[in-house]
Amino acid sequence: MKHATHRNPRVDVIEKLSLSELTMFCDTSADWVIRLVEYGVVTPITTAAPEWEFTPPHIARARKAARLMRDLGLNLAGVALVLDLIEERDALARKLALVDGNAPV
Amino acid sequence: MTDNSFYQALGVPRDASADDIKRAYRKLARKYHPDVNSSAEASTRFKAAGEAYDVLRDPEKRAAYDRYGADWDQPRPDPQRQGHEREGGFAFDERDIDPKMFRDFFGQRFGGAQMRQDQHARVDIALEDAIQGAKQTLTLQMPQIDDTGQVVMQTRHVDLRIPKGILPGQQLRLQGQATGGGDLFIEVAFKPHAVYRVEGRDLFVELPITPWEAALGGKVKMPTPTGAVDLSIPAGARPGQKLRLRGRGLPAAQKGDLFAVLQIVNPPKLSTNARALYEQLANEQPFNPRAKLGV
Repeated sequence: MKHATHRNPRVDVIEKLSLSELTMFCDTSADWVIRLVEYGVVTPITTAAPEWEFTPPHIARARKAARLMRDLGLNLAGVALVLDLIEERDALARKLALVDGNAPV
Repeated sequence: MTDNSFYQALGVPRDASADDIKRAYRKLARKYHPDVNSSAEASTRFKAAGEAYDVLRDPEKRAAYDRYGADWDQPRPDPQRQGHEREGGFAFDERDIDPKMFRDFFGQRFGGAQMRQDQHARVDIALEDAIQGAKQTLTLQMPQIDDTGQVVMQTRHVDLRIPKGILPGQQLRLQGQATGGGDLFIEVAFKPHAVYRVEGRDLFVELPITPWEAALGGKVKMPTPTGAVDLSIPAGARPGQKLRLRGRGLPAAQKGDLFAVLQIVNPPKLSTNARALYEQLANEQPFNPRAKLGV
């Protein structure tokens, strides 16, 4: 096993990705991202830019969708439903934690 | 040599049929997928199930495993076995970078092994690091092609400067830090915090108050990430009521808010005097909070 250390590389916070960048980022095709938008899984921001652009929450959702589809063999409608239900479940769990007075999660 | 750990990871007996194995794996994958289940146990179980399924789904590998146990993978002079290639199944790149996932990361989009490749990893940071900014050294296992064309795992340490005001779910790009000069992307997640709950850029803190503080209102001390402050409670405060401190959340470009969620807490034990005062209150304040229930 080789070892190497890289000191102080440049770190950028990704504020948004264009359609083609998101395609690369999810290691997928532009078609797939377009269908993700059609299913309402992610929504591009409306700008004057010629290409769609996506903000961090949508970038995270797209990657999550890609992972779930690959690992669980879901289709787009399935992954859209799963992501919605997970968000709903997390929101309910947060409410429940408040009601029960549990430690925050 | 018998080794049952792969069968145990899937919860099936050694003589399980291929269909049983597939069913068991799919069920576990749904239950423990780290995107579905955020418990620490889940990612371990998911990974174990994936590794087990990777072997048990393949009749040849399964036979080798049944025969040699944990060492099934060691090279043996057997012309039948041509290495051990992955054919899908398990992979979860954000959590782990492991040699078996090599094919999921690379070689598909670009083909050639020496082409530019991006890589993804995930880091869990403390809330304080997001508020103040921090430096952290990441240890990553990265697959590399050595001179003989073999895939070897290289341990790399990458210094990461966590920018102040980073939000959960945001991605950091480290240019040129992946194998072959591609970019290394790091998804930032927050570790659970003992006091604050993070939602987007906002922070929530459960703030316990006494019944008399709730009734009378007034100032109480509350924690904020930058130190305690006085919070004004309105008279007649309700449990679950949210009080907002604007701009006291995460210090992103657009600052988040801090919410105190009120909780009314009784003292563990009432003194004789306090009890007498409560009795006096009970007599002096006619109030039936159950009137709507018809009782």
